[in-house]
Amino acid sequence: MQNQYDVIIIGAGAVGCAIARELSFYDLKICVLEKEADVAAGTSGRNSAVVHAGFNNKPGSLMAKLCVAGNEGMEALCRQLDVPYEKTGKVLVAFDAEDEAVLQGLVAQGEQNGCRGLRLIRQEELEKLVPGVGGIGGMLSPETAILDPFKYGIALAENAAANGVVFRFEEEALAIERQKEGFRVRTPRGEYQSAFLINAAGLFADRVSALAGVGGYRIYPCRGEYFLMDRVADSLLKLPVYPAPKKGIGGLGVHLTPTIHGNIIIGPSAEYIDSNEDYACTRPVMDQLWQEASALLPALKRGDIIGSYSGIRAKQAPPGEGGFRDFVIREEEACPGLINLIGIESPGLTASRPIALMVKELLEKRIPLKEVPGRSRTHRFPPRFAELSRKEQEALIRQDPEYGEIICRCQRVTKKEIRQAIENPLGARSISAIKYRAWATTGRCNGGYCLNRIVDMLVKEYGLKPEEVSLRGRGSELLAGKVK
Amino acid sequence: MERCDVLVLGAGPGGLAAAAAAKKQGAEKVILLDRDKKAGGILNQCIHDGFGLIRYGSSLSGPEYALRALNEAREAGVTLRLGLQAVSMTPDRRLLAQGEEGLAEFEAGAIVLATGCRERTRGAIAIPGTRPAGIFTAGVLQNFVNVRNMICGKRVVILGSGDIGLIMARRLTLEGAKVEAVLEVMPQPGGLARNVSQCLYDYGIPLYCSHTVSNIIGKKKIEAVEAAPVDEKMNPISEKSWIIPCDALVLSVGLIPENEVALTAGLIRDEKSGGAKTDGFLMTNLPGVFACGNCRKVMDLADFVSRQGTLAGENAVRFLKGEALKAWQEQESGSMVKGLPLPGSVTCPLCPNGCQVVWEEATGLIHGNRCPRGEAFIRQERAHPARVLTTTLRLEGGESPLISVRSHKAFGLEHQREAVRQLKHRSAQAPVQAGDVLARLFFDGEEIQMLAGEEILAPAGPSVL
Repeated sequence: MQNQYDVIIIGAGAVGCAIARELSFYDLKICVLEKEADVAAGTSGRNSAVVHAGFNNKPGSLMAKLCVAGNEGMEALCRQLDVPYEKTGKVLVAFDAEDEAVLQGLVAQGEQNGCRGLRLIRQEELEKLVPGVGGIGGMLSPETAILDPFKYGIALAENAAANGVVFRFEEEALAIERQKEGFRVRTPRGEYQSAFLINAAGLFADRVSALAGVGGYRIYPCRGEYFLMDRVADSLLKLPVYPAPKKGIGGLGVHLTPTIHGNIIIGPSAEYIDSNEDYACTRPVMDQLWQEASALLPALKRGDIIGSYSGIRAKQAPPGEGGFRDFVIREEEACPGLINLIGIESPGLTASRPIALMVKELLEKRIPLKEVPGRSRTHRFPPRFAELSRKEQEALIRQDPEYGEIICRCQRVTKKEIRQAIENPLGARSISAIKYRAWATTGRCNGGYCLNRIVDMLVKEYGLKPEEVSLRGRGSELLAGKVK
Repeated sequence: MERCDVLVLGAGPGGLAAAAAAKKQGAEKVILLDRDKKAGGILNQCIHDGFGLIRYGSSLSGPEYALRALNEAREAGVTLRLGLQAVSMTPDRRLLAQGEEGLAEFEAGAIVLATGCRERTRGAIAIPGTRPAGIFTAGVLQNFVNVRNMICGKRVVILGSGDIGLIMARRLTLEGAKVEAVLEVMPQPGGLARNVSQCLYDYGIPLYCSHTVSNIIGKKKIEAVEAAPVDEKMNPISEKSWIIPCDALVLSVGLIPENEVALTAGLIRDEKSGGAKTDGFLMTNLPGVFACGNCRKVMDLADFVSRQGTLAGENAVRFLKGEALKAWQEQESGSMVKGLPLPGSVTCPLCPNGCQVVWEEATGLIHGNRCPRGEAFIRQERAHPARVLTTTLRLEGGESPLISVRSHKAFGLEHQREAVRQLKHRSAQAPVQAGDVLARLFFDGEEIQMLAGEEILAPAGPSVL
């Protein structure tokens, strides 16, 4: 049968993609169903893009264990997958004695969790690490890192796809039927069957579990809003800066994070909301973000803001309770073959590979997994022209003149790179898909120069009608059609 | 490494004028560089008329103005290097650019920056709400509509009343969309009075000053905006807000001088505007590097940009020769009438003065006009308002899918939309000379000829048929 698989993974976020890659080394037929038009479209692409060290999590919890393991392995994994990664370290700032006590407690907790190198720092060192940040002292976590969260998801998925995993986008699980031998998943465009079902649906994990007949879970969406600043990190901020955590509803406080591309992100806020798809930014929170960020680093300039976005945490802790509840990762006794991953909020991105390994072990208890020789564990992205030496650039243009034509001026992305992004192996064709692969439209002009040129390429060279070009897949079409 | 006396960066109105002037001033080799394969810069998408009233004494469309300026540069002997994106430069006036043929290095005795500006975006002004498809800056949409033959939805809200926003309000209306509202946060429109009059009033498009978009609604595609009046601190008054359903939001909220290339050489900019700082002679902090037009300070009219480009080009040569530089008179950029037209007045479009002419009903007295043309205009306006129509025609056999056209004379305002409707089904065939009659329409018993606004060369096809 055409849509018959050994394993179906629901959700192509960082966790779903990591599982897909991990299982792709074995003799399994795997399909990933994703309701959005690309990988990492939900929480996985809407966060601070920090590889956490693991000192924030309760000792003995899965969160702590998997986060520390994830942090340890992330650098090597990113090298294997060609994902931009930088071990910047991270600083937490104490503004008063109470904060200092909290940080002392965090160092102890982190050491218990197995984090390396945590230490308290004095004001002089703080000032040296993050000039201009007030505060009386702080804590340094040298193992904290930043990465490109989009490329992380894309690389995992492309690696998996190269090993034969099938990715189906805009295929939301509408109904799940339990059969004698496994599951039948109905989607808008068809039906898929498998022996095992892995629920990596993030914000929708409770619903997917319920569709499969396992109730009792509830995800409380908790939104975090961000500002994105221009590429000013070089001069202002070398490493993430967080305030010492306050007791609250389970965020890490509004912090400043340099991105792997040199931008600075401000945020996130933490606010329980009703919908798990409401990615709005709101005026009161935007005002508060700016207030807190400029208090933390007064040198920030409002004029450098180039965008705002929000992400949603898949929290299990209800609003009244706050804080963190541990990840649930298990095969459901009541529903053999269903592996649930519930409440994978921060540090889910950091922990994604250890989570995937855990899922693999769960699966291994049920069926023998046979490694297939020749399956790839590495992945490469096409070269980024702007990052090459002049000699290499000249060679590339000689090889293909499309490397000579710049489409995105802010980020110096060439036509060839846009083409490679359009022709990505997962077949994602939205403007966002191109954006996160080629990094076009992400600069200070927000696509003012390149958007038209990219749309033109899609229409002229790839046969799309103007009204078919979408921002993030079906339903988000940019244009209505031809003028005449 | 290519050496030249003067290197001009950007072939918009400022760069074209600067290059031509430098050549006329006696520079031997003047190179004009542009990333596009077609000279003219943003003029090419500005198909409306009103350009050239000062410089050429007649009202031209953007492409027509660009063509004139280009011909002047060609006749002067400027070396055009198109399809080359400048990447970086040094304080000693070496510049690196890239194009399909590779990386190209230039060394110049003097450089004129004419790199224009970019639009302020939604991100920069931080409008709350979701991030759905269907939000455009006015210039981006103008490029889609006028150059690439693609249009946004049918129900449009425009935030900001800069000139491009006003021009797009009319343009979208002519092409069959409904502009639900133009919202302006300031008490007065940002654009020229003549554009408020001819783009909004002519077509009954509602303008709300001291209003803003306080929220954007829509999950994947924009569904509506929340509009609200603002208090004196520019904060929206939410209890007075209302919802306007729409499928596109167009932003015309300001222009930011573009100096990315010169920044790599250490250009000093004005902190607030982002414009290149110059002395009174248009020279930047980098010796021998001049700046003109919108990359220095955003200007109202292309005519002023050309005038400043001319001086920058001349001064570049004076610098090379060690001669005294000539000062730029800031008032040369004129005082255009901006904002709301006077109540009861008609803004005369015939010259950039934009006189607000009033016909006093009781006495029949006409005043406000500074020349007799204003009087003639208001008489015509009362008898039968007429406008020159600028629009596009489908083009077969050219690089671009569209060609800009204009009517050979003004004709009834009430027929303009119908004229555009009829033209939707016509097309032109390349090659085309500027001024060719590409279509004929008939209104009020008169023939209206639609003239090509640009020249389209025959495409370089296969040599053997």
